[in-house]
Amino acid sequence: MTLLHWATISPFLLAIFIPLLYKYFRKIHTGWFVLILPLVLFIYYLNYLPVTRDGGTVMEYVPWVPSLGINIDLYVDGLSLLFALLITGIGVLVVLYSIYYLADKKERLNNFYVYLLLFMGAMLGVVLSDNLIVLYVFWEATSISSALLISYWFHREKSIYGAQKSMFITVFGGLSMLGGFSLIYVMTGTFSIREIIANVDLVTASSLFIPAMLLVLLGAFTKSAQFPFHIWLPDAMEAPTPVSAYLHSATMVKAGIYLVARVTPIFGGGAAWFWIITLAGLTTLIWGSLQAVRQKDLKSILAFSTVSQLGMIMSLLGAGSAAYYFNDGDNLLYTTAILAAVFHLINHATFKGSLFMAAGIVDHQTGTRDIRKLGGLMTFMPITATISLFGLAAMAGIPPLNGFLSKELFFTGMVQASQYGIFNLDTWGMFLPIIAWIASIFTFLYCAIIFFKTFRGKLQLEKLNVSKVREAPFGMLISPIILITLVIVFGLFPNILAYSIIDPAMQSILPGILSVGERFEVNITHWHGFNLELWMTLGVFLIGILLYRTMNRWSKLGFYRSEQDIFNYVYDQGYDGLIKGSQVITRAQITGRLRDYFVYMCVFMVLLIFYTMFKYDGFMLSTDNLSPIEPYMWLVLIAFVASIVAVPFINNRMTAIIVTGAAGYLVAIMFTIFRAPDLALTQLLIETVSVILFMLVFVHLPKLKKDKIKPSTKIVNLIVSVSVGVMMTLVSISAFAFGSETGFSSIREYFIENSKALAGGYNIVNVILVDFRGLDTMLEILVLAIAALGVISFIKLRLKEGEDV
Amino acid sequence: MEIVMSIVIGIVFAISVYLLLSRNLIRVILGTLTISHGVHLLLITMSELQRGAPPLLNIGEENFTDPLPQALVLTAIVIAFGVTSMLLVMGYRTYKEHNTEDLDQLRGSADE
Repeated sequence: MTLLHWATISPFLLAIFIPLLYKYFRKIHTGWFVLILPLVLFIYYLNYLPVTRDGGTVMEYVPWVPSLGINIDLYVDGLSLLFALLITGIGVLVVLYSIYYLADKKERLNNFYVYLLLFMGAMLGVVLSDNLIVLYVFWEATSISSALLISYWFHREKSIYGAQKSMFITVFGGLSMLGGFSLIYVMTGTFSIREIIANVDLVTASSLFIPAMLLVLLGAFTKSAQFPFHIWLPDAMEAPTPVSAYLHSATMVKAGIYLVARVTPIFGGGAAWFWIITLAGLTTLIWGSLQAVRQKDLKSILAFSTVSQLGMIMSLLGAGSAAYYFNDGDNLLYTTAILAAVFHLINHATFKGSLFMAAGIVDHQTGTRDIRKLGGLMTFMPITATISLFGLAAMAGIPPLNGFLSKELFFTGMVQASQYGIFNLDTWGMFLPIIAWIASIFTFLYCAIIFFKTFRGKLQLEKLNVSKVREAPFGMLISPIILITLVIVFGLFPNILAYSIIDPAMQSILPGILSVGERFEVNITHWHGFNLELWMTLGVFLIGILLYRTMNRWSKLGFYRSEQDIFNYVYDQGYDGLIKGSQVITRAQITGRLRDYFVYMCVFMVLLIFYTMFKYDGFMLSTDNLSPIEPYMWLVLIAFVASIVAVPFINNRMTAIIVTGAAGYLVAIMFTIFRAPDLALTQLLIETVSVILFMLVFVHLPKLKKDKIKPSTKIVNLIVSVSVGVMMTLVSISAFAFGSETGFSSIREYFIENSKALAGGYNIVNVILVDFRGLDTMLEILVLAIAALGVISFIKLRLKEGEDV
Repeated sequence: MEIVMSIVIGIVFAISVYLLLSRNLIRVILGTLTISHGVHLLLITMSELQRGAPPLLNIGEENFTDPLPQALVLTAIVIAFGVTSMLLVMGYRTYKEHNTEDLDQLRGSADE
């Protein structure tokens, strides 16, 4: 365990102590204890910055299950460090914000912070782990902890619904991702991402390439809320706002982005990867922005906006993967898309985090997030309004904020991608910038809607649940202010990130593109001259403003009025169908009738054994090596069969006992003939006791009646029982023939030789029972003792009045 | 002999399963009793019948039958007794509590 390992699991360790801290320091808000950890971690991870800036990486090994190739190897490079800094950095701000947001004494802070720390640790594990299986474990841990956070206010039905939905979709994706990882292991024989990238030829040459890729992408797309799996994200907004700001804007939803970036060196470079990711991203982008325009709830707008922005980053990663296709010196030209992806990832975390926090403040101070009830808050909440203004302007892509820069780069990336001239891009490529452009118009539009509907216009105090609207407490404003400062700083001086963060991250996403010592040219500028991107941006502004001005007209359309995403309908129907379907199956199967269960078991057993016997040609008949039958033996056998066959037909209790008893005594006689005196003795004894027991009990039982069974049921019963009988006969004959033909010698010689020598007994059967298999016999006695206890309690114990099982 | 025994065992199993599928709790218990006979006979038949003397070292014989299946069957007889008596008393108690031995009526509520 190195310091890096301890740092990564430290959130889990702290989580253990949270309930104690909560219990014994009720005066102090538990958040203050939690706050320290991400702060320390952030500073700790900053220490790695000089290493990755110079292109270095750090790898720390701890074996876990070395025989299966599963080791907790942590790996720090540009990409994982970027994510680690995001997780801890935003983590600090979110915890600080939550201290004021969850100030109510009734909040169950112990639960909240335990979940939050679990999530933080799981997320750090995902981005730092080099081993795919360890990554998967942490990945699922993020799904579980995020579901717990969403359902934090579990008394609300919608919270439970949202948590369940996110869990369903992300865990489904996680499982398919595990399948993809297993396929990668089949191809390469290792789970280590480093080693897989080193042996990437094995993957590209394999026929499992496409299935593995699709399965891994399914994991990434569900986690990053890509179309059509995006539906869980808006419902996850039932979580407390600090959680939304943390999980659903900055960290968890970006785990999918991280995964795609991480495996780009493995799968990237082909047409399939390029088109799937680019198209999924662009579809998500435009669908999310369209849906966002329709929403009336502040957090829902932000949720769909997050969906849309994630789609944008995803499409950039897809477009940028084309850099692998070109192996000549020109490939540096194609890396703009990756640059835009990394840069926008950072920008989105800053402005979306602040926007979620601002929305939370509005909710906290006014009691509603419905934009139809809000309005005119600018005068009362000037700081929140300013924060939102900058955040929304950045998202809409207004210069000089950071969102403007990354959106310009996005346009550049898409325009460049359309001109690659590979993967059929010469025919379809022109649609990429067009979709990007249309989606950006809607982005601009919903940004305008949020700002003007919330902060401008008239205050509608009568619609709010509060008597007076005030600015939020200062503590709540600190975090969004810091984020907004970053938005402005990154906007004005983007190049402070260029070679410290962005370039190392790009080198991790695209290793092997550069020769040693080279760097990607990261030069982000505000002014590129009068080029296509500039006209696109201006077009977005113009049409966006036009659309907002005419909102009164188109807001009457059905499109705007309904908020439901049709995929929710699909999900709900599917979910109901799943429950109904399983109920139908359960009802058909679990009937509560003993007979049905016996039928299932017998039929299954018969089918399985017959299938196996036929498949491996197991039926045999051998007439050699049989022992002769003496005439008196026939008598015993006929008597035995007759008494057994008679049992079902007897309707008299006493006769039934006597006939079964007779069968038992005949078995004892057979044991004598088969040279088994001990068995005969035991059987005699047991049979006698059984008959007495039966008599005792039967006195209290009703008369045996003829079974009233439907004829069809009776026929089924007959078929089942006869087939079981036939099966047993055939298996018995075949087994005996097999045994005598193969001539495997029995292990009897051992017992015969050693019975006297080792155990000092002459009766070999007894010696086996009490000596060689003594432990078995002891446990058998235990079983009998338990049965005896059962018998006594069945007879003696009675429930008291009103008691129930 | 072994083949004849196999057929006998098949009959025992068929009858026992038929009893187990019955609606009457008492017949089900009788079925468990007879099916254990089938199992014991099956085990002992697999060990080559009637070859060699009983497995007792002090009777002056050289060849013995296989003692291991006998040991297994002995254990099985005792356990089967435990199971049967337990079931029997359970049936008794069930009848006392519910006043019926019809398994269809003992199903519990229909809309579980």
